[in-house]
Amino acid sequence: MTTQSNQFDVLVVGGGHAGVEAACGAARMGAGTNLRVGLVSFDLEAVGAMSCNPAIGGLGKGHLVCEVDALDGVIGRAADAGAIHYRMLNRSKGSAVWGPRVQADRVLFKAEVQRIVRGQAGLTLIEGEAAALTVTGERVSGLELADGTVLTAQSVILCTGTFLGGILYRGEEKFTGGRIGENAAHRLAEQLRGAELPMARLKTGTPPRLDGRTIDWAALEEQPSDDEAWTMSALTQSRANPSVFCAITRTTEKAHDAIRANLHRSPLFTGAIDAAGPRYCPSIEDKIHRFGDRDGHQVFLEPEGLNTHYIYPNGISTSLPVDTQLEMLRAMPGLANVTMEVPGYAVEYDHIDPRALTADLQLRSMPGLYCAGQINGTTGYEEAAAQGLVAGLNAAAECLGKEAPKLDRANSYIAVMVDDLTLQGVSEPYRMLTSRAEYRLRLRANNASSRLTALGVEAGCVGEERKAWLDTREEKRDQFAETLNKRILSRELDDAGLPVRRDGGLKPIAEWLRHEGVGLAEMSPWMEDIPLDDPLLVEMAEDAAYAPYLARQEAELRDLRASEELAIPGDFPFGEVPGLSNEMVERLSASKPPTLAAAGRVAGVTPAALSALLVHARRRQEAA
Amino acid sequence: MSDTIFALSSGAPPAAIAVIRISGAKASAALSALAGQLPTPRRPVLAKLRGSDGALLDEALVLWFEGKKTATGEDLAELHCHGGRAVVAAVENALEAMDGLRRAEPGEFTRRAFANGRMDLAEAEGLADLLSAETELQRSSAVAMAGGVFSAQVVDWRGQVLRLSAEVEAALDFSDEDDVSAMRDGFSSDVSALAGDLGIWLERPRAERLGEGYRVVLAGPPNAGKSTLFNALVESEAAITSPTAGTTRDVIERSVAMGGVPFTLVDTAGLRGDADDAVEAEGVERAQQQLTRADLVLWLGDEGLGPDGAWEIESRADDPAHTPKSNPRAVLSAKTGEGVDSLKSALITEARGAMPKPGEAALNARQHGLVSEARAALDGPSSLSDPLLIAEELRNARLAFDRLIGRATTEDMLDALFGRFCIGK
Repeated sequence: MTTQSNQFDVLVVGGGHAGVEAACGAARMGAGTNLRVGLVSFDLEAVGAMSCNPAIGGLGKGHLVCEVDALDGVIGRAADAGAIHYRMLNRSKGSAVWGPRVQADRVLFKAEVQRIVRGQAGLTLIEGEAAALTVTGERVSGLELADGTVLTAQSVILCTGTFLGGILYRGEEKFTGGRIGENAAHRLAEQLRGAELPMARLKTGTPPRLDGRTIDWAALEEQPSDDEAWTMSALTQSRANPSVFCAITRTTEKAHDAIRANLHRSPLFTGAIDAAGPRYCPSIEDKIHRFGDRDGHQVFLEPEGLNTHYIYPNGISTSLPVDTQLEMLRAMPGLANVTMEVPGYAVEYDHIDPRALTADLQLRSMPGLYCAGQINGTTGYEEAAAQGLVAGLNAAAECLGKEAPKLDRANSYIAVMVDDLTLQGVSEPYRMLTSRAEYRLRLRANNASSRLTALGVEAGCVGEERKAWLDTREEKRDQFAETLNKRILSRELDDAGLPVRRDGGLKPIAEWLRHEGVGLAEMSPWMEDIPLDDPLLVEMAEDAAYAPYLARQEAELRDLRASEELAIPGDFPFGEVPGLSNEMVERLSASKPPTLAAAGRVAGVTPAALSALLVHARRRQEAA
Repeated sequence: MSDTIFALSSGAPPAAIAVIRISGAKASAALSALAGQLPTPRRPVLAKLRGSDGALLDEALVLWFEGKKTATGEDLAELHCHGGRAVVAAVENALEAMDGLRRAEPGEFTRRAFANGRMDLAEAEGLADLLSAETELQRSSAVAMAGGVFSAQVVDWRGQVLRLSAEVEAALDFSDEDDVSAMRDGFSSDVSALAGDLGIWLERPRAERLGEGYRVVLAGPPNAGKSTLFNALVESEAAITSPTAGTTRDVIERSVAMGGVPFTLVDTAGLRGDADDAVEAEGVERAQQQLTRADLVLWLGDEGLGPDGAWEIESRADDPAHTPKSNPRAVLSAKTGEGVDSLKSALITEARGAMPKPGEAALNARQHGLVSEARAALDGPSSLSDPLLIAEELRNARLAFDRLIGRATTEDMLDALFGRFCIGK
């Protein structure tokens, strides 16, 4: 026990990506106050471990990382500290769907997380097994550890990953999983089940790890790290590590044959696992089964670090028996002689139906208890980190009587995810996608700081370093705006060979940037007073190019906010509204949408039902 | 909850049958009291209706509908009585005397149906139009709208846009993951085809035309027989109210239904003055101004001097001293009435062509605006190369569809609900 006292305000259980952001976020909110935050982990040395793939970011996920970073979170900085390969996905498309992704050295990544966590003021690290929640009345009042120690807290945040009823599968083999000791997990799980929380089962998987020294790299297409300067965190000055390249191989007919011949041994097909897996990241046996006509699937061979020969083959997560895994691998180009360091496996686990949570990720039926990460049915480090941040900021804000930053679907992917989870629930592991965000054009990874950092400063979760960074950056905004408003005659542009009409008139640079084929580079002769590679300028130029679309969204957002005004009380009797089908009543009662706008987003609610809901909500409001 | 309401829901008596509807929690009690029984739900039963004193009011077919899935979303009873005025009055009085029952306000059944989730916004708009329909054509169009013809079309369009969106989104979110290929070749032409389908609805006659009537302007010099013809056309027809009709100093307007088609007839008789050329010219000019608002001009003056597109009318078939027009659209005598009927038939045929077809749902201004918005959004992708912007345009089209049927909880919807239907009361 490293604490002098066992009294806390916020206790976080779990040291994964969600737990780290929850603990650090809560502690940042408490800066300058007496807020006491504790992080309980079975093994403090494991805090910051990347348990699956050695990559951070990707499509939609990169947005989450940048947003967590904009609120001064940990994951972006740790990703940069560990990054050994940078790639901007979707580069050929509009910048709003670019997906920054890095591969990180596991050791370097974890070291940076540990450095930040251990340096965080107001945060106490506690090594121990969480055994049970203590509850006073309806409310959570603390945590009992396996050794009998009782820690009191106003809020507890569970970031326990897959520990609830986790079972590992590999071929015919089956192991009971979860890092936390069997008994402790059992008691906590029983307690949660006893609280009548809606639970369901999901599965996820991981591929085998390969020995890079046994791969014929020369036979494979190389994928180098990009040579640009961007980083995951706004605070990172420059890329820190030497870069490594990845390689691309493919599954082959021969590999598919091996899989098909052994499908009956995969727990997915024997019926041992019947939980839903992610459609977006299916196991290789799922891919073969569902896309039988394809003769091959791409596999990225990703180094796990600078000082390890472990290779992560991205795209072939599997729970096939060990011998089949090896047979499949050796049928792929470049892998004829490969040896497997660790075989792949599938994990099946319990999760809480996130519709039981409010928008701050607090359990409606057990105030003071927050849940974040995989326990809520999501998949991915980034999704976990973002939820951890939301839970941490809100739990701390509640203790302090403050407001957490106000996130909504129009200002962050974080809120899109939380809204989706708490309104729709999950039927497969939830992964962030850009198509989930309706206001995608304004939610770019590269403008996360503009969208969120000021909100974070106002709420009090942003440290001095980032505050100073933001101030310096905002000083440039006016100057850049002035340049972008400079009016240029179309004749001048035409003379310079730009694709605009000669009689296009006198327009601000911002408007010329909307023309296809006119970008910052083309306009550089008229913008000599400012640095064209400044990220803020790039961001402002993108805003200018998207301006007509963004303006149209403004009207939509006004409407949305109007219907956000119509509150639906938590005890609203959906069953009494005529015209709602039983299914709709069930869904609405499960997710308890707080506003009419939220009710409209619940899947399956028809326009006619929504009008009925509107009428009855309005009547109640007026009667009140 | 709210009162139980009743109203005669068929046409004004006398008629063959009068249908009286009762909606609300006390409908079952009212029906039992009146008919002496509560029939099996959804089964018509012949019953003797009796007043509280036991006197026989009528023998009627009665129907009982239970609960949420009725037209109004409430308990509902229907009495199909004999359609005499006295019978209807007697039954209504008996209902009014019952505790907790009252006569429905205009549109109240619709309002309850909407409030109880029985129809979407477009259907409700159709019902509102139905309530104010005065002609057969107005009624049949409103029935189509209220019956969900347009809503079903919008739902279909929305489905098509969703499928197209899914393709773009797959390209945006998964193209780097190998299992999704880039955009399909036929994608653009599919979007254009859908835009074309929307265009067909946009080109159809608008619902306002139904409300305002087909506008026919009678023009020509003084004493050409305009007023006589105007009166002959208007005379025997049922006057209807038109939202835009009004008598000005210059023109006389009358709204009538001919052959079930709403017309607004305009007589430029107010222009009559001294028969000098200047005034005649002035008359033609004013008629020309009317033409910009008119759907059709009937020209009674000298052949060839009327405005473009006008029908040449030979109105002096009875005058042997008059040189008839060489190529008139109609020959008639306004004085004797000869030929007026065939002009009427020609006008009805012409107007029908310009009006929404019977039973065809017509778009009102709000709907037309939103379908136009959706169409503009669908026209976007053909000139865009960035799938991100194509996705945004498709999203805009979907938003317009959502607002058409009230899926989006927008200000429009609040306006429509609490403005037009006064549901807040």
